[in-house]
Amino acid sequence: MLAGLNFATLLLSVAVCQGSQYKDINSETVSVDQGSTYGSLWPLPQQVSLSEVSFKLSSSSFRVVDAEGSSAGPSCNILQNAYRRYYEYLFGNARKTGHFKRKAARSELSELQVSITSGDSDCDGYPGATSDESYELTVDQPYAILKAPKVWGALRGLETFSQLVYEDEYGAKSINSSKIVDFPRFQHRGILLDTSRHFLPIKVILANLEAMAMNKFNVFHWHIVDDPSFPYLSRTFPQLSQMQGAYHPYTHVYTPGDVKMIIEFARLRGIRVVPEFDTPGHTQSWGKGQKDLLTPCYSGSTPSGTFGPVNPILNTTYDFMNLLFKEISEVFPDAYVHLGGDEVDFNCWKSNPDIQKWMDEHGLGKDYAKLESFYIQKLLGIVAATKKGSMIWQEVFDNGVKLPADAVVNVWMGSGLQGEMFNVTAAGFTTILSAPWYLDYISYGQDWQRYYKAEPLDFKGSDAQNKLVIGGEACLWGEFVDSTNLTPRLWPRASAVGERLWSAKDVTDINDAYSRLSKHRCRMVERGIPAEPLFTSFCRHEYKGN
Amino acid sequence: YVFIYFIYLVFNCCTHHNHTLSLPIMLDLNTVESVWPLPQKLAISEERYPLSPTHFNFYYGEDQASIMKDCSLLDSAFTRYFPLIFPDLTSGKPTRLTGVLAKFTIMYCFVSLMAPACVVDQLNVSAGQAVLNSDTVWGALRGLETFSQLVQQEEDGTYFINKTEIEDFPSFQYRGILLDTSRHFLPLKAILNTLDAMAYSKFNVFHWHIVDDPSFPYQSRTFPDLSSKGAYHPMSHIYTQSDVRRVLTHARLRGIRVIPEFDSPGHTQSWGKGQPNLLTPCYKGSSPSGTFGPINPASALSYIFMSQFLKEVTSVFPDPYFHLGGDEVNFSCWQSNPDVRAFMQKMGFGKDYTKLESFYMENIVNITSNLNKTSIVWQDVFDYHERIPKDTILHIWKGLPAQYKAETSRMTKAGHRVLLGAPWYINHIAYGQDWRISYNVQPLNFSGTEEQKKLVIGGEVSMWGEYVDATNLSPRLWPRACAAAERLWSDESQTRSAEAAFPRLQAFRCSLLRRGVRAEPLSPGHCSDEYRGI
Repeated sequence: MLAGLNFATLLLSVAVCQGSQYKDINSETVSVDQGSTYGSLWPLPQQVSLSEVSFKLSSSSFRVVDAEGSSAGPSCNILQNAYRRYYEYLFGNARKTGHFKRKAARSELSELQVSITSGDSDCDGYPGATSDESYELTVDQPYAILKAPKVWGALRGLETFSQLVYEDEYGAKSINSSKIVDFPRFQHRGILLDTSRHFLPIKVILANLEAMAMNKFNVFHWHIVDDPSFPYLSRTFPQLSQMQGAYHPYTHVYTPGDVKMIIEFARLRGIRVVPEFDTPGHTQSWGKGQKDLLTPCYSGSTPSGTFGPVNPILNTTYDFMNLLFKEISEVFPDAYVHLGGDEVDFNCWKSNPDIQKWMDEHGLGKDYAKLESFYIQKLLGIVAATKKGSMIWQEVFDNGVKLPADAVVNVWMGSGLQGEMFNVTAAGFTTILSAPWYLDYISYGQDWQRYYKAEPLDFKGSDAQNKLVIGGEACLWGEFVDSTNLTPRLWPRASAVGERLWSAKDVTDINDAYSRLSKHRCRMVERGIPAEPLFTSFCRHEYKGN
Repeated sequence: YVFIYFIYLVFNCCTHHNHTLSLPIMLDLNTVESVWPLPQKLAISEERYPLSPTHFNFYYGEDQASIMKDCSLLDSAFTRYFPLIFPDLTSGKPTRLTGVLAKFTIMYCFVSLMAPACVVDQLNVSAGQAVLNSDTVWGALRGLETFSQLVQQEEDGTYFINKTEIEDFPSFQYRGILLDTSRHFLPLKAILNTLDAMAYSKFNVFHWHIVDDPSFPYQSRTFPDLSSKGAYHPMSHIYTQSDVRRVLTHARLRGIRVIPEFDSPGHTQSWGKGQPNLLTPCYKGSSPSGTFGPINPASALSYIFMSQFLKEVTSVFPDPYFHLGGDEVNFSCWQSNPDVRAFMQKMGFGKDYTKLESFYMENIVNITSNLNKTSIVWQDVFDYHERIPKDTILHIWKGLPAQYKAETSRMTKAGHRVLLGAPWYINHIAYGQDWRISYNVQPLNFSGTEEQKKLVIGGEVSMWGEYVDATNLSPRLWPRACAAAERLWSDESQTRSAEAAFPRLQAFRCSLLRRGVRAEPLSPGHCSDEYRGI
């Protein structure tokens, strides 16, 4: 999933501003905030009707409650936590109003009743690949009503409700009478974070799960290990992180408790956690704690002392993978595991005489793509045996590996994108698109517009093929990102992707989006997320952090 | 403003080390954790001395009675640097104490550097000591910073310092950072944090681009309407007089000058909201269009206002330099206005609006010099008008290297002092290690005589605010600005290679993190103390 460039030394020349000292030199147009009829809603719901009749919300009397007849009750942690969270978002800044009784000047909205309509609310479950996130929200007197078949839809609806609330000129919280019917256009709406190139403290991951929920993302693609470090503390193979695989065995690892906390925090926000254990390439850090796992590279007829991808010809490799993925399948409840499979460098395999011999014996000749396929095939079998589905980067498909029917192909390469989308879906595989949304690539100006304009179904596929595109992911690779700059680099740029994946296809008005997104970004700031500005502007409540 | 300081870190300790006399040897400076920016002369020997936080003390040299008036500044520097030298004391980590005394003596005097009064016996037989010798308090601050960067920790937490001899002074006297508080309001805390980080990199000028078209956050005593109508918000998005004083004090304690910029006649849209009749009404045909252009240079009222306003702000900001802007003036509104056209006629300017702009700037520069301030203006003013007063400092912001080099030649040939801003517009971001481009700038590589080269007083890193506010300012500024910091402080002949500087900058970035600066990473890797916020 990384372009074949040496990032550490990559230098892109800085565009030097010639014509104007301050003006936006970007080719993107500078949007002007002309206001949106949809206020600050982000991502825009599928159907919105807003009236001009407004109600007040009072911090002392407003409540979010379970509706009568809802299949979720007080024991439903997901909802009870969400009620409190959204109450805090709405009234967290409100000061105590004192003991003065005041007459309601205008009609008040005193309750949001939440009703889970399906018999099984999913309260105690995990969100999954087919979870229903639809909801209907009616704001009217005397109650606002949020109806959703499952808790997942209720979570999305609560976020929408909170986005409808605004401050009037006296600072009073108000909401307009409205009716919203909503559901996601794409089922899979993910954010990839890379905790190998830089370790991300738990606090940062949790804050970004919060921000994901504010943008209705529902998949945290956790690229947890890679070449530079192995921060996952494995119960079965603790040496992977403890023997120099992690940057530091205590301060730069995720313990089983940490992982559990992250998964639960995500669950409470309707977010799946899909871990990626990328092999056979991108595994340098694995070799530090696991002898004989990686291929010894040769220089002429002697080992050079360096190592290449996972060694695919040893039985011990598969014994190891068996145990490791068994553990992973137990630690991560999601039905999918991402197996990586990208950017395998064949040079080391080529240099190794044992591998050459093995390939001759097995009739693979000099076709190293076949060797990679052999490895992945076996790995897919191992994972299937743990009752998990597999996600893989596109090269695995490109190299002709025989994939299980439920495999999900993650398309990341920008060149030949349409052809790839066509081919993958024509072969009948579900597909996730990441290529247009590599947010680690930064440039001056409003690049969110580029992410916003990317259309996932922009290839000439049949309706059946289109249906196989289940969503997309914004990727923030970690070469130049850690806890110091991750959050402002991700938000609100990822929000553009969030709307593209949630809202209807024809929601493409860039000026309307600019207006809503500016307000949405200020809301994120107010909720403690340091989301960076889109352009010259201000937020009523600026970021208070460092 | 030429700071020279010496640190002789000469220790003699008998508890843990043998009494061998070790000669200072030059280590490969870029392979050890070391100082940023690189000192002019640095000799680090392999001999190490432990430091004990319980016994470590700062002392004034014995001959300091005459200069006690500035001691409060150093006293507060001691308070600030103690926890920077011994970070575990504040983070609560256990520290292994050693029995070794360390004494840090500051000698500084205002007389000539080599005067006998400053010669110090650096050896103290009973305890190790470091001696810092500087001719000004400002140099002492830089030396303290260097000292704090030399102290390291063993794996068991013991603090140590290598035997070191340093002689240091900046290559350029003006090393600035521009922050723009108009396009986005920066809360006071963001400014103060930036000043802290500036001191760590030995920057010494905060160029405060305080107002511009989008907003006017400066709360004026004389013209309160300017911010009450021109700020983003009249209460929450302003800098009160006490805010400004706080910035000035915070900066002064760190040896940082604050040079405000009140840019005119262009970039003044926000001024017009609180000061009617200041801006030029634009015309559409024969009637006013309702929009406004730059300050009206044809109206006497403009100059009366500017005199009163500059009188206030030049007294609020004590620095002898004052930035007047003068860039990017759009002439189309002036051209549309019949009164301005009549004025042009009367003055004999014909159709040349650059003459009108020059007329305006000349007046403003004169007002400023009557207030005993030296003006700094953007290069546009020179480009239009070469007869500006000789002592006016010109700030170059335009163009590719070939262009800004030619501009530097022209300006210095005309006898002007020059500030180089063009290569360091780091609000422009790109993927990868763009700090290397900043690092490779050669400020004096232009055609000119030795005399001309001396007129380049320094440079400035600009962080314009279109896409920057408190959410992303720090990681966008640090450590990218450190590249220019070293270019402006250190000896260019010793710091030509970005590749060689890279590990040292990485180490410095980690020490910024340890000090709470949200400095972004330069490449994959880690710091032992990661940033703990979000």
